[in-house]
Amino acid sequence: MSAAAPSTPSTSTTPTPAGTRTLPAVTEGAGVWTTGPRGALLGLGVGAILLLVVAPMTLSGFGLDLLGRYLCMAMVAVGIGLVWGRGGMLAMGQGVYFGLGAYIMAMHMTLADTTLEGESIPTFMRQNGVDRLPELWGIVQHPVVAVAAVVLVPTGVAGLLGWAIFSRRVKGAYFAILSQALAAAFAVLIIGQPVLTNGSNGLSNFHSLFGWDLSDSTNRTILFLVVAAVLLTMLAVTWQLYRSRFGELLVAVRDQEERVRFLGYDPALVKTVAYMIAALFAAIGGALFVPVVGIISPADIGVVPSIAFLIGVAIGGRATWLGPVLGSIAVSFAGTQLASVFPSFWVYFQGLLFILVIGFLPGGLASVTGFLRRRKTSETIEMEVTR
Amino acid sequence: MNRDHRPSYLEIRNLRVVFDRFVAVDGVDLRVDQGDLRFLIGPNGAGKTTTIDAVTALAPAQGSINHNGHELVGRKTHKIVRYGVGRTFQTASVFEDLTVVQNLDIAAGLRRRMRDMVRSRRGVSPRIQEVLEAIGLTDHQETKAGVLSHGQKQWLEIGMLIVQDATVLLLDEPVAGMSQDERDATGDLLAALAERHVVIVVEHDMEFLRKYAQSVTVMAAGKIVAEGTVAEVQASPLVQEIYLGAAGTKSLEEARVDAQLVGLDPDAVTADSAPEGAKN
Repeated sequence: MSAAAPSTPSTSTTPTPAGTRTLPAVTEGAGVWTTGPRGALLGLGVGAILLLVVAPMTLSGFGLDLLGRYLCMAMVAVGIGLVWGRGGMLAMGQGVYFGLGAYIMAMHMTLADTTLEGESIPTFMRQNGVDRLPELWGIVQHPVVAVAAVVLVPTGVAGLLGWAIFSRRVKGAYFAILSQALAAAFAVLIIGQPVLTNGSNGLSNFHSLFGWDLSDSTNRTILFLVVAAVLLTMLAVTWQLYRSRFGELLVAVRDQEERVRFLGYDPALVKTVAYMIAALFAAIGGALFVPVVGIISPADIGVVPSIAFLIGVAIGGRATWLGPVLGSIAVSFAGTQLASVFPSFWVYFQGLLFILVIGFLPGGLASVTGFLRRRKTSETIEMEVTR
Repeated sequence: MNRDHRPSYLEIRNLRVVFDRFVAVDGVDLRVDQGDLRFLIGPNGAGKTTTIDAVTALAPAQGSINHNGHELVGRKTHKIVRYGVGRTFQTASVFEDLTVVQNLDIAAGLRRRMRDMVRSRRGVSPRIQEVLEAIGLTDHQETKAGVLSHGQKQWLEIGMLIVQDATVLLLDEPVAGMSQDERDATGDLLAALAERHVVIVVEHDMEFLRKYAQSVTVMAAGKIVAEGTVAEVQASPLVQEIYLGAAGTKSLEEARVDAQLVGLDPDAVTADSAPEGAKN
C-alpha cells in the first residue's frame, strides 16, 4: 500500500452532495457481465458431464474425433472472446498462434515417429534431398522441450508483436488488418520452406504421441478426455479472469482507452497481456489439434481459417463467458453437416452469417435474452419516472 | 501531501505549447501550492485547457513542469499520473458500463500487486466507502456509471482522482451543466480537497469562482495576464481590457457576456469606446 492515505478527505469536513438528485437505481442482472460462482460451477459441471461422460459413452470413435476437433477450434475461440469481446481487439490472425502450436507439436511427433521407425530424418526431408536434421527440428525432439515450446514460443511472439503494435497505439480496423496480414504472411512463410515444413502438404501421418499409439481406440478416448479437460480448464480460467480486476481493467481499456491512461495504467500493457493469453489458448488448441485430427497444413492456419475462428465467437456472443465456445462448436458442427451436403455453399453461408450477426446482433445470440431483459427493465424505469 | 509529508506543489516554468506554428501557450509561469484553491480563467482560446493538457502530456510541452521535485515534461501520460497528477475533462469520462464501485476500484488499483489483479474484488474497501460518502454516491455504488446524472458523473470523476492518490487535481470545468445545489456541493468538496491537494480549476462560471476561489490566474492569448485574489484580479486594468475591450475582435454581445462573467458592468462595453472606457 502507498503511504499517501492521508489524502482522503475526512468525512467530517467534507459535505456530501447526496440527495440533491436521485435516479432510479438500475442494477442490471449480473449475468450480463459475469456469471456468479454458482452459475459458473453449473456451466462447467454440465460441460464436464457432457464432454467427459456422455460423449465418450455415446459417440463412435469417428464422432469423438470430430468433436475433439471442434473442441480444439473452440480453444482458439475462447481466446478470441477474451481479446475481442472483452478487450475490443479484433484479432483476425489467431491462425498464426494456432499454427505455431500445431507445427511445434507436429514437428515433435514427426520426429518421434521417425525415431521409432529407426530413421534419422523424416521421409519428406529425405525426398527433398536433406541428409541432416535441421537444428530447428532438433530443438523440439525432447517431449518436455516440445511442450514448453508450445507454451512459450507463441506467447513470446504474441508478447513482442502485441507490445510493438499496442504501444504504437494501433487499434480498431488497423489492428484487424495488421493481424490478418500476419496470418497471411505466416502461411506464405510455411509454404515457402518446404524443406523445413513440407510446404503446402503440411505434416501428417502421425502414429504416436509421447510414446502412445494413436491408432488405439482407448488411447484416442483418453486423448479426447484430455482435450475436453483442457478446454474446461480454459473456461474456468477465463471465468476467473473476467471477474478479476484485470478483467474489469480490460473492459475499461476497451471502452475508454484514453481514460485508463489517466488512471496511471499503460493500456498497451493491459492489451498485450490479454493478447498473449489468447495466443496461448490458440497455441494449445493447435497443439492438440494435431494428434486429434492427424494433419496440420497451411490451409488450417491462413487467412480463411483465421476468420472462420471469429464467426463462432461473433455468433455466440463475443463478450460473454460461454458464448464464444458454444458458438464455435455450433458453427463447426453446422459446417461439417452442411459442407457434406453443399460443399461449395458453406463458405458463402459462413460469410453471410458473419455479416448478419455483426450487422444486426453485435452481441451475438447470447445478447438476445439480455436484450429482452433490458427492455423489460427500461419499461419499469419509465413507469417509475412518469409516476 | 506527498510521501515525505511536505506540502505538495506544482510549478510550471516558461511553458510553451506550439501546434505547427500556432503558439497556444506562450511562456507561462505558474506555481500552485497545497492549501490553495486556484482558478484558471480567461476568454476562449486563452490556453487554459492546453496548459492542463501540457501538464498531463496530452499536448507537446516545452519548458519545465515540476511536481514535488519530479520533472514531468517529456514523460508519458501514465507515468505523470503515477507521480500523482490527476485530471478531469470537460465532458465527464467515466466507464459507463462499469458500476460506481468498479470505477473507483479501477482508479484505486494503480499500486496494486500482480496477485491482486487476477483476483476478484471482494466487498468495498473502507477507503472507497469513505470516498463514496464524500462524493455522495453511497446509495448508487452498484449503479452503472452511464446512468448517473451529469453532476454525479463529475463527482465520480473527482472521487476517482481521490482514490488514485492524486496529489495534484486538475479539474476542467467541473460545474458546467450543474444545478445550483450541485454547484454548492461541488464547491464545498473542492474547498475540502484543497487542504490536502494542489487543486487547479479551469472555470467559466464567475459566480462559482467568486464564492470558492482562493486565488485566480487569468490567461489570455497563451499568456498569464494577472494573478491574485478575486478582488485583485477584478481590479486589474489589464483583465478589464481583455474582457471589456475585446469588442473589436468579437461581437458586442459576446464581449458583454464575457464582461458580465468576470463581474463587470456589461453596459460598459460599447462598440466604439470599450477599450478606453474600461481603462478609466
